[in-house]
Amino acid sequence: MAIIALDNVCKSFGALKVADGISFAVPEGEALGIIGPNGAGKSTLFNLITGNIAADSGTVHFMGKDVTRTSAMQRCLSGIGRSFQIPQPFGKMTVFENLLVAAAFGQGRSERSVETACAEILDRTGLLVRANASAESLSLLERKRLELARALATDPKLLLLDEIAGGLTEGECRQLVGTIRDIHASGTTIIWIEHVLHALNAVVERLLVLDFGRVVGIGEPAAIMASREVREIYLGIEV
Amino acid sequence: MNWLDTIVQGILLGGLYALFAAGLSLVFGIMRLVNLAHGDLIVLGAYLILLIVSLLGLSPFVAALVALPLMFGLGYGLQRVVLNRVLGEDILPPLLVTFGISVVLQNGLLQGASADTRRLPTGDIGVASLNLGPVTIGVLPLLTFASAVAVIVLLNHMFYHSALGRSFRATSDDPVTASLMGIRPRMVFAQATGIAMMIVTIAALYLGMRANFDPAIGPARLVYAFEAVIIGGLGSLWGTLAGGVIIGVAQTMGAAINPEWQILSGHIAFLLVLLFKPRGLFPRAFD
Repeated sequence: MAIIALDNVCKSFGALKVADGISFAVPEGEALGIIGPNGAGKSTLFNLITGNIAADSGTVHFMGKDVTRTSAMQRCLSGIGRSFQIPQPFGKMTVFENLLVAAAFGQGRSERSVETACAEILDRTGLLVRANASAESLSLLERKRLELARALATDPKLLLLDEIAGGLTEGECRQLVGTIRDIHASGTTIIWIEHVLHALNAVVERLLVLDFGRVVGIGEPAAIMASREVREIYLGIEV
Repeated sequence: MNWLDTIVQGILLGGLYALFAAGLSLVFGIMRLVNLAHGDLIVLGAYLILLIVSLLGLSPFVAALVALPLMFGLGYGLQRVVLNRVLGEDILPPLLVTFGISVVLQNGLLQGASADTRRLPTGDIGVASLNLGPVTIGVLPLLTFASAVAVIVLLNHMFYHSALGRSFRATSDDPVTASLMGIRPRMVFAQATGIAMMIVTIAALYLGMRANFDPAIGPARLVYAFEAVIIGGLGSLWGTLAGGVIIGVAQTMGAAINPEWQILSGHIAFLLVLLFKPRGLFPRAFD
């Protein structure tokens, strides 16, 4: 069964079409990568899935239910978690508190009942030693890890990652990819927007290419990367 | 003239101002809402306590306990029904609406309770005092100050050691991201205003027992509350207490020199702090 399915989703900001009839479905347990040039509408697509912006037309189904008109908060509670391209931690709170809030409110449970799970997530994402540091004191890698950890704390069935590997060194990137592979291996469905293609290819089973708010290709990564449209759009090569 | 006594009285008076200010500070800190009706809500609280005292024959302290949940409900409802609708990028609509609420409250109270000055019955506690050598401390002012400290300790504890407090801080930091974590910012705002109204009730209790009140005194209480919050630095509750104490001490010292200078010296102290420390003494919020 598809965990998330978009059908002909459209969104315009004035004359600018940021989502132009987007349709695709992701089966449960899959990892899907999304690529496309800057301004192709990738982050907008995430906002449409999380409910931060409402679609003008078309439908979004999550786990078989129509969520097109439900709020971001309700979609979070039903199991959609996301990380932001630009990390947005609650800066004046500690790393552990950031997770506590996400876990307790994201799952509608008491803080006491999620404390252990939060500590485990911090361990998995390599942030345990920084648990009591204030979030604004973290380095870029640590902030990206916190984005991931906080999204995981909401116990998502579908995890949306927005350029989480961007700006990291090779070594840092490898560590993060390892963590994401583990998360995927544990059964979480992942949709991952990324420019760092080798990081993406180490995890995802399918690639989706977005350009000018349209899906221009979706399929097995090697085939997608070899296709003419993708090379034209993405690599700027006329073929 | 006994300066030590004057300063001690000023510190204790500062407790009352800190109580005026704590609710204002809480609401501003969480939703960046400046509630211009704050002073009038304190006066409304005093009338509510008076009403309960006269209807049920209770002591003001017990009446305040009865009023606490009612005022929480009022705050919660006010936020849900009115204020949540005007919060947004533009800061003008909330100012206009709370100014309107202030006018409505003043005139509503004038209509319902007349312009006569009232006072909550204090019984023996109003005149009881502790004699400590050169300083005489009234039991009621001492209780006021202790209540202010207790309110601030409880608020800080709630902020840093409870799920509710963490949801307040997360929402204050970034309501959009908070909503992605399953927090309902509008609910958080309503809870915060409800709690602010409970602090307002405590402030109203001591206001009504300490001095006379009538429907028109709200705006002046708002000004004291503002000054205390700004002297202390936005976002710092202990700073708010310090701000209240500074205004209180300035007022009693001014009054000791010349009774006409009481109010003026409080405002001068506020201006001096603004002049030398424009961000307040203990700035915490950086936005």
